[in-house]
Amino acid sequence: MAPLFSRPVIRRTRSGVVVDLPEEERQVLRSLANDVASLLVTAESDDPDPSLTRLFPTAYVNRPDLDDEYRRLMLTDLSERHRWALETLVESSEATELTDEQADAWMSAINQVRLVLGTRLGIDEDMSDLPPTHPDAPAHAAYHYLSWLLEQLVDARGI
Amino acid sequence: MSAPLAPTVDPTIADPDLDEVVETERPWVVIVWNDPINLMSYVVHVFQKLFGYSREKATRLMMEVHHDGRSVVSSGTREKAEMDVFRLHEHGLWATMQQD
Repeated sequence: MAPLFSRPVIRRTRSGVVVDLPEEERQVLRSLANDVASLLVTAESDDPDPSLTRLFPTAYVNRPDLDDEYRRLMLTDLSERHRWALETLVESSEATELTDEQADAWMSAINQVRLVLGTRLGIDEDMSDLPPTHPDAPAHAAYHYLSWLLEQLVDARGI
Repeated sequence: MSAPLAPTVDPTIADPDLDEVVETERPWVVIVWNDPINLMSYVVHVFQKLFGYSREKATRLMMEVHHDGRSVVSSGTREKAEMDVFRLHEHGLWATMQQD
């Protein structure tokens, strides 16, 4: 782990989930969540953004007839759930303490951003670090940062 | 090894209605597929949260996904399977359903 990521910033307390993040990082989270929310608008169109693939997977394998029916019934609901999580993160992005519901929304929203970034970057299991001059380096750094935050949210919301 | 002889069945007298009942009653299974993006700890968390599985069972299923590429995480009627798939998709997991 890079030294930057050594301090835990999200932890469980008796009353909720404490988030100890500087304003610049909250700004980054807001901006990324808003970016994905604006892509979501295309989900129900004839030409959905290709980086949304992982947010709306196929439900039925080898049964396009059933999958079309499922998609027609569920797409709007699924899109609404994704949007709710992203909006909840944006609305609570200044909070120093999250309710359990807000923390769960942060988890979902952060994972949505990871799925979109990961799809665009073509992330695979053997991914190595990119040199800082690589054009994808900032997106890679954001992806790793979000993974690190998500791990802490999972710990804080441990079942 | 030996096994008792299978009873002989005349396929021409099979009851088509019975076949149909068997078809609809075969359970549906929900499968989660391995993907390089979702974190192992997150996948365990989602299995516990959605299905009420113990940490041990959720971890075993996650490791199955990780090593075998897929794991059956729930089963039941088509309606139940669709709801489970929806909730897994809501949490960003790559889930599909099929009849067993």
